[in-house]
Amino acid sequence: MSTEVAEKDILRGGQFLVKDTACEDVFTLEDLNEEQRMMRESTKEFVDRELWAHWERFEQKDYAYTEETMRKAGELGLLSIAVPEEFGGMGMGFVSTMLVCDYISGANGSFSTAFGAHTGIGTMPITLYGTEEQKQKYVPKLASGEWFGAYCLTEPGAGSDANSGKTKAVLSEDGTHYKITGQKMWISNAGFCSLFIVFARIGDDKNITGFIVENDPENGITLGDEEKKLGIHSSSTRQVFFNETKVPVENMLSERGNGFKIAMNALNVGRIKLAAACLEAQRRVINEAVNYASERVQFKTPIIEFGAIQAKIAEMATNCYVGESASYRAAKNIEDRIAIRMASGNTHQEAELKGVEEYAIECSILKVAVSEHVQQTSDEGIQIFGGMGFSADTPMESAWRDARISRIYEGTNEINRMLAVGMLVKKAMKGHVDLLGPATAVGEELMGIPSFDTPDYSELFAEEKDLIKRLKKVFLMVAGSAVQKFGPDLEKHQQLLMAASDILIQTYLVESTLLRTEKNVKRFGEESQKTQIAMTRLGLYRAVDVVSDKAKEAIVSFAEGDEQRMMLMGLKRFTKYTNHPNVVGLRTEIAKGVAENKGYTFDQIN
Amino acid sequence: MHNKFRRIALSLWSFNQSFYPMKILVCISNVPDTTSKINFTDGDTQFDKNGVQYVINPNDEFGLTRAMWFKEKQGATVHVVSVGEADAEPTLRKALAIGADEAIRVNAHPSDGFFVARQLAEVVQKGEYSLVIAGRESIDYNGGMVPGMLAHLLGMNFVNTCISLEIDGNNATAEREIDGGKETLSTSLPLVIGGQKGLVEESDLRIPNMRGIMMARKKALHLVEPVEAPQRTQDQKFEKPAPKGAVKLVDANNLDQLIDLLHNEAKVI
Repeated sequence: MSTEVAEKDILRGGQFLVKDTACEDVFTLEDLNEEQRMMRESTKEFVDRELWAHWERFEQKDYAYTEETMRKAGELGLLSIAVPEEFGGMGMGFVSTMLVCDYISGANGSFSTAFGAHTGIGTMPITLYGTEEQKQKYVPKLASGEWFGAYCLTEPGAGSDANSGKTKAVLSEDGTHYKITGQKMWISNAGFCSLFIVFARIGDDKNITGFIVENDPENGITLGDEEKKLGIHSSSTRQVFFNETKVPVENMLSERGNGFKIAMNALNVGRIKLAAACLEAQRRVINEAVNYASERVQFKTPIIEFGAIQAKIAEMATNCYVGESASYRAAKNIEDRIAIRMASGNTHQEAELKGVEEYAIECSILKVAVSEHVQQTSDEGIQIFGGMGFSADTPMESAWRDARISRIYEGTNEINRMLAVGMLVKKAMKGHVDLLGPATAVGEELMGIPSFDTPDYSELFAEEKDLIKRLKKVFLMVAGSAVQKFGPDLEKHQQLLMAASDILIQTYLVESTLLRTEKNVKRFGEESQKTQIAMTRLGLYRAVDVVSDKAKEAIVSFAEGDEQRMMLMGLKRFTKYTNHPNVVGLRTEIAKGVAENKGYTFDQIN
Repeated sequence: MHNKFRRIALSLWSFNQSFYPMKILVCISNVPDTTSKINFTDGDTQFDKNGVQYVINPNDEFGLTRAMWFKEKQGATVHVVSVGEADAEPTLRKALAIGADEAIRVNAHPSDGFFVARQLAEVVQKGEYSLVIAGRESIDYNGGMVPGMLAHLLGMNFVNTCISLEIDGNNATAEREIDGGKETLSTSLPLVIGGQKGLVEESDLRIPNMRGIMMARKKALHLVEPVEAPQRTQDQKFEKPAPKGAVKLVDANNLDQLIDLLHNEAKVI
């Protein structure tokens, strides 16, 4: 691959804040090649036939059916997209991995959790950190679906604070194996997996260590009952107890004390893939809602013709479009970064690790944003269905319950919000992203006379592009001053970090959305992108709202007197529209576009 | 070619074929997905392709799936062909991903049934196929002409509306759907089939697996130019059916109203 990619100056993680991106340089769903489109179609057919058509079984806690469909997915090769070819996989790039994860996850949360846990955190620690022997032994079985994997990190006393686990690994006297003892909980796929990735502490080590443990009830492994959960009813979730479980020394993953790093890196991939996994669920909810609203007649009118319903459909579609735009932009950045590293001599393993780590900020941003979108969308889906939406006979009820877990697993949204800002600040300190220069410039701008240069508003998105530049300034202003004020203590100011994170998230989402639409307008013409243009504008309007609100909250929390006044004035200037969008008109236009297409088809059209 | 010579050539060739595995050609129409929005342009004379997703014609897909069975159980070679422009290639590639060995695209707009049949006849002759499976009809224009014309042009045996097909050497046993029942026929290769659901069932249809999709990239997709052939029909105008009106619910006790509506409004009694 390509020196062409290698030579291109692609955006580094977090750099979007301080660097402009040309629309030609973002990847969009419309850029999928023929092979990827075919993969998508296959995945959708699989979901329609095996999952969507049998949704009741997933609601009835039919764990065996989850396992059966996972095996079928394995037969189609859907479990091995990311696995290198030498270990029986397809060896496909990161975009294809995201694509399959996206479209396979739409029918229900039970299957998508089983899929995500197996292909992500169940398999990837071995492909990324395993020795040649470990990979040869385990990966082909995992790739084909002959074996399933589960990931045992969380313990009753160690959730978000993952490194505090109490599970112990003790080396045997003859030095041939470790004995693992401890209790793990919330283990997805526990009921039918053949292999566990287990994290345990050796002696009094500061950090935990990873192990590959084959599931053998004779070897001190027992399972708790299936957990009773709000959603994802057919995802097997159990406690796993290890009692002096013998694990050969050669099954240690990476080195002693490297477990926390493995856990965190596996989670980076898990996070962006979880974002993808929350997209198709939104599309299907929208399609169901549009279908219902077109047929449901009240006051002699199909309810889709009512403004109150149109507003919901417009917001739902916009959520999905925005999430897609940002997720695939980041996915391609990761894919390109991996290619660059491989071209410069890294092994695939190293390249993939570093490639994903580079965009850990974006992974966290996406995890938070898209998991919240799917929650809002399924919530409004219920509302559109009215009383029927509350009934377990329609798909809205389970969609809403299944969506809930996405805000919790792969790092809670609170942890991810704080991480996103924390990692960015660290990157700035290390000089990987120059935030200081631009933040200083914003500071000077605040003191100076405002610029009266206006963009040429006749040009498409002139105002929107200008606004996005200013949203970036809001982040630099807020985060820059907060860092100056608190230094390393910033991490103790969680509410401030959360507010700053929301500004960061919104900025990344709307910039990605605008770039996607701009690219497509250039290729396919403005006429074909009318609804997408409206969604871009509505998305930006909402982002500006959130940014204003969160920035105000943050500024007032740490700045006083003149400094506070100056920053609030700056905020007003940075979030000001010259030509205020007609939000009602935008929503009506979007809803009409969606209704005309009989659902959300913006991922397919070009 | 003169018909008499053609028969001699075909019988010689049939003799030859009994020593070699069967060579099957599956004819594939590239048709809009059934959920597509249907619109027309150019004064309602052209179908508006804008934003339309294309798929393998379902009747052809049943045939392709049956052909895959012959490939796996009887060692047949399976080629697929479509008469169409470049936008038909993803559909052919999907057939390759499902398992066809090679694909052929005749580079022409499929203007009418005869034109298409003439192009396919050329491909069959050049490729020396002994079994040609086409769909009974395509789900876009529903002409239902191509398999019959093709069999005639080639002087091959023909079974239309075929719902079951077994091949043993040069002998074929086929079932046809007929009004209110079915008919079992025996015939021989070379043979043209107008296939439909029943050749295989919907649950037998194959989802291209990831390995198949990757291999499809490496399989041959031959591009051939069309032969001269007249277009014997021209589309003058397309019309959409009137949109469905709202459903009127009549109280079960109010038969008079029902009769009145059926008589005066629907005008069916």
